[in-house]
Amino acid sequence: MPYLGSEDTVRELRRALANPNVQSDQLRYRNTVLKVIRLMSQGVDVSGVFSEMVKACATVDIVQKKLVYVFLCSYATLNPELSLLVINTLRKDCQDPNPMVRSLALRNMTNLRLPSLVEYVEQPLAAGLRDRAACVRRVAVLGWAKLHNLQPSSEIDAAVVNELYSLLRDPDPVVMVNCLRALEEILKEEGGVAINKPITHHLLNRLKECDIWGQCEVLSVLRRYRPQSEDELFDILSLLDASLVSPHPPVMAATLSLFLSLCSGLPAVSLAALERVCAPLLAACGSASREMRFTALCHIQLLLRSVPGLLSAHYKRFFCSYAEPAYIKQRKMQVLVELVNDENVAMLLDELKGYCTDVNSDTAQAAIAAIGRIGRSYSDRCLEILTGLLGLKQENITSAVVQTLRDLVWVCPQCSNTVCVALEGCEEMLQDSQGKQALLWLLGVYGERVSSAPYTLEVFIDGVRSEASLDVKMELLTATTRLFLCRPAETQDMLGRLLHYCIEEETDMCVRDQALLYYRLLHCGIEETRKVLQGRRSDPSLGVLIGRPADPVSQWACSFNTLEPLRLGTIEAESTTRESPEHVPFDSGPKTDLQETLNCSRVEEVRSDLHSTDSSADVLASNVTAHLSLSLSPALSPEEFERLWMQRQALHADQGVEQMKDEDYACLEEHVQCPAVPHCSPQSLHAAMQLVNIQTLAFTPPNTLPWRVYLYTNTQYACSASKPQSTLILGELLYPGGVKGTGDGETLAEGRENKEEEEQAEGSERAADRKREEEERVKVTLKQQPRDDEALKGFLSILTTVLHTLAS
Amino acid sequence: MISQLFILSSKGDHLIYKDFRGAAGSDVVSVFYEKVTALTGDQPPVVMTHKDLHFMHVRQGGLYWVATTTGDASPFSVIDFLNRLSALVKDYCGSLSEKSVQMNFALIYELLDEVVDYGHIQTTSSDVLKNFIQTEAISSRPFSLFDLSNVGLFGADTQQSKVAPSSAATRPIQSTREQGGKSEIFVDVIERMSVVIGSNGVLMKVDVEGEIKVKCYMPSCSEMRLGLNEEFSIGKSQLRGYGAAVHVDECSFHQVVRLDEFDSHRILRLCPSQGEQTVMQYQLSDALPSAPPFRLFPTIERDSGGRLLMYLKLRCDLPPKSSAVNVCATIPVPKGSVSLSQELSSPDQSVELNVQSRAIVWRVPRFPGGTQLSALLKVEVPGLCSASMLEVGPVSLTFELPKFTATGLQIRFLRLSPVQPGLSQRWVRYITHSDSYTIRI
Repeated sequence: MPYLGSEDTVRELRRALANPNVQSDQLRYRNTVLKVIRLMSQGVDVSGVFSEMVKACATVDIVQKKLVYVFLCSYATLNPELSLLVINTLRKDCQDPNPMVRSLALRNMTNLRLPSLVEYVEQPLAAGLRDRAACVRRVAVLGWAKLHNLQPSSEIDAAVVNELYSLLRDPDPVVMVNCLRALEEILKEEGGVAINKPITHHLLNRLKECDIWGQCEVLSVLRRYRPQSEDELFDILSLLDASLVSPHPPVMAATLSLFLSLCSGLPAVSLAALERVCAPLLAACGSASREMRFTALCHIQLLLRSVPGLLSAHYKRFFCSYAEPAYIKQRKMQVLVELVNDENVAMLLDELKGYCTDVNSDTAQAAIAAIGRIGRSYSDRCLEILTGLLGLKQENITSAVVQTLRDLVWVCPQCSNTVCVALEGCEEMLQDSQGKQALLWLLGVYGERVSSAPYTLEVFIDGVRSEASLDVKMELLTATTRLFLCRPAETQDMLGRLLHYCIEEETDMCVRDQALLYYRLLHCGIEETRKVLQGRRSDPSLGVLIGRPADPVSQWACSFNTLEPLRLGTIEAESTTRESPEHVPFDSGPKTDLQETLNCSRVEEVRSDLHSTDSSADVLASNVTAHLSLSLSPALSPEEFERLWMQRQALHADQGVEQMKDEDYACLEEHVQCPAVPHCSPQSLHAAMQLVNIQTLAFTPPNTLPWRVYLYTNTQYACSASKPQSTLILGELLYPGGVKGTGDGETLAEGRENKEEEEQAEGSERAADRKREEEERVKVTLKQQPRDDEALKGFLSILTTVLHTLAS
Repeated sequence: MISQLFILSSKGDHLIYKDFRGAAGSDVVSVFYEKVTALTGDQPPVVMTHKDLHFMHVRQGGLYWVATTTGDASPFSVIDFLNRLSALVKDYCGSLSEKSVQMNFALIYELLDEVVDYGHIQTTSSDVLKNFIQTEAISSRPFSLFDLSNVGLFGADTQQSKVAPSSAATRPIQSTREQGGKSEIFVDVIERMSVVIGSNGVLMKVDVEGEIKVKCYMPSCSEMRLGLNEEFSIGKSQLRGYGAAVHVDECSFHQVVRLDEFDSHRILRLCPSQGEQTVMQYQLSDALPSAPPFRLFPTIERDSGGRLLMYLKLRCDLPPKSSAVNVCATIPVPKGSVSLSQELSSPDQSVELNVQSRAIVWRVPRFPGGTQLSALLKVEVPGLCSASMLEVGPVSLTFELPKFTATGLQIRFLRLSPVQPGLSQRWVRYITHSDSYTIRI
């Protein structure tokens, strides 16, 4: 037994090693050494036999030599003095006629990691570089890197560096690659090995000779090279084309990474490379090794960020196999969500539905969340599946469904009717705090439409003493207070009880403080409370924020083929599934409403800030008559856009028309006649807008009604003489639909304004024509800050031109 | 760049530990094991981080093969390397298990020494390595009665059997040198099917991933010529001849394969190196040349007593000559199922209810092509409601189809040139596995 009495064992081994009878019998000697190594790899400290092992090193038996070296390299740092004894043997071996012995000695000489031995090692290493056997040169080249890292402060001999550079032309490919590796380490402070044109072309020409590991190394070093001309760039790219579709995933990944860094200025070429690489990546996804599958999946997620529809045709390849571990299934589902389109949505949902009842609750939960994500674009089908799952009456499934419904309803408030009906009876099944929180939030926000809401809350309030989770208690407080605002008669009594309990009996500070906050808020009056608690609501138009624009390739190119996508993947996915801003505070729990109120005040500050800066700038802007130019920077994130848009809307509603003129922003509504635009594909619209530097941020799929596009841009005056003042313009294109007068759009909230107009005009015959004409128009709403009428007009004319061009 | 490399048993025993750069402490092994065992089911274990050290690992043969890196490394390279390393160890030790690694630790250290130097991968080609590796493998073959079946009367070797025993290919590649006699070559065509069949019996998804593996035990093999079906075609456009063309969508070859005769005669030429290597990989999606091997006709209903009645008919659509082995159907049942009663069509089948995984497992050891089996199952589920029926299905099948390829790929011939002196044996084996065979109900 190795762990018991290891002291005795070591002593016995020492005696055996020193025994001349053992030493004379080669086989017995080797077996004793073997026993030492075995103990060592089991974690036993065998440093006690060090001096005996040093003696055992001087032998003709190569196997024994190798074993002893394994031992010496592990323990040399503990016994620097005794290790000096080995040096003689090693130096002698370096002269051995057998190249294998020479390389063995040289490698282990440098592996001892003893700074005191450096002076003895340098000379054999220098000789090793000129050895006739390639295997010795390989070892010697890397030996210099080891030596350098042993004494990082010491100056490396310039002659050695030169020799290493010249060995890049060594006939043996491994020596060449090792030279690259060694120079990278030795010259780390100077930024690694110099990659100039001759070296690059030499390496590229010899790429074919290397094995896959060497190819990967060369390709990754070449990422630092910048071709001098476009011709050269394309020469390099065509040389690399074959390895882009290599059946070996490491080579494929390294080549793509090099492609992306070389073509950072040529997005079209990068996109073509991404398309080429699909086939080998898909093959890696079906690899027998599950770790390889996982790696490939993570990298596919990166690709999809830039080219969302890239693999839509291959969606079936991402169906989960039942034997796969949960973490791969979840990744596959994340990918599937990205691949959904009109053709495959039915098949995809059918497949995901099958995973929802998986034995593994994590997988089931992920599948339900995935359906919820797809629900943002295909809400009817998904709601049907989700409500069907509630019928199963199982704790974990119900909880996951309720959470998903909450997420869905925030983005697509038009689903709220179905959700409210589905909520009845869920409360009995919910056991976990996450599910309870979701249900409470829904009851608070949509309480007026769920008839049983007060009774459900009452059950929770009666059980609040036994409730363990703080988050649930806080959510309960908020939900009850919210419900009180819309159904005071039924809720007043229980709200009083709840507040009383939380303030008088609750021990946790957070809950108590929140209860006090609401209590005082209610003292201030109903209107005040309403302002705080119902201040932010989701807008139906949020539902269109599904078509997110593609990230540029450069955003992730540097993390391709690194550990980044594998490590951060889960966190990232989490944040994308919960991207609506209000959820962040809800999920983080304790600070729910505090956060919300803080948000409001911050918005206020920002607004006043803008106001003050603008009033001074406004004077300047008035006399600027210069050429207008648009730019995309600073970029605006979807969240930011949404915040600004909503904020503007709120102001709009709050203040009268007369006040608007003084405001630091302008709002403009205009109708543009271009019936064909809503039918063109989002991609072409996006591309057209990009041409004139307008960024489309979100759009509905083509042919859906009402059709909307959100966009933004920054205006600037190109004339440098005046002070360049830039303004931010947010815009919405709305096409309510119903071209043939079927009145499809009228039932929707957005259509309401139009409907009123229509009703007025209905009297006359000619009005019908006008109506049709009107409906063929696209309504443009623009919001600008700071205000600059001229820039806004200029922008509108550009936009109109683009729309007309598209329509024609 | 790899800092350390170690192999752990599934119980966390240290089997092999090698520190290439001396950059990190030796307690990393236990740190890794703590981390990997503390993960919950859905957390991806492939990459884990402790301080500045990243652990990457693969599971092969029930062991953890772990590499640590300090800087940023290419995950594709490291994972591919670990897989390759485990394949090398398998080649050299014969099989991959805790026991074989433990017994051959000296050999593995020697291998590691040659394969990786200072954290840089040097070579993984067994042709190069065979010049450096000196240690003999110790193979651990437990005594088995199957070994005796090859021995004829009075101990004479019969040499009549045309079929290699399944264990024939699990031996170390190097032992040939001393044993002298047996120089063998195995060519395996292995396919993995993943299939989804809809509830209406329509084939919704078919994927076949296939590979041709060559396992060579010849000390020196000059050239091998491997003939595939003449009508083999790649890609959608390129169809040859009429009728039963063997068709795959994508195909890639190992870099040592010479394809000069491939276009005209579908012949692969290569000089196999010792050990196992994948010569060709191919994929086929969305179309099978023949019917999918299994069909299920289920009838599922609730009876008046609150029991779930399932009448399952499973048909095997393979050609009558071939048969499937180790067929196992897993049928998910509603939560809370308590007990099961069964009527099976033949005695060698078995059915059991696994309450933990909420599934009924129906096993058929051998299932000849063209036949049909049926099972009548009654499951006792307290509180069965109509919604619970959603939880029944989809049925998943695992099976092996020996001597069968789903794509129809065959090896026409296998020639070694020049003809090997002495006794050389050539084996061609076909097998199709189920990667994932799902039938919706």
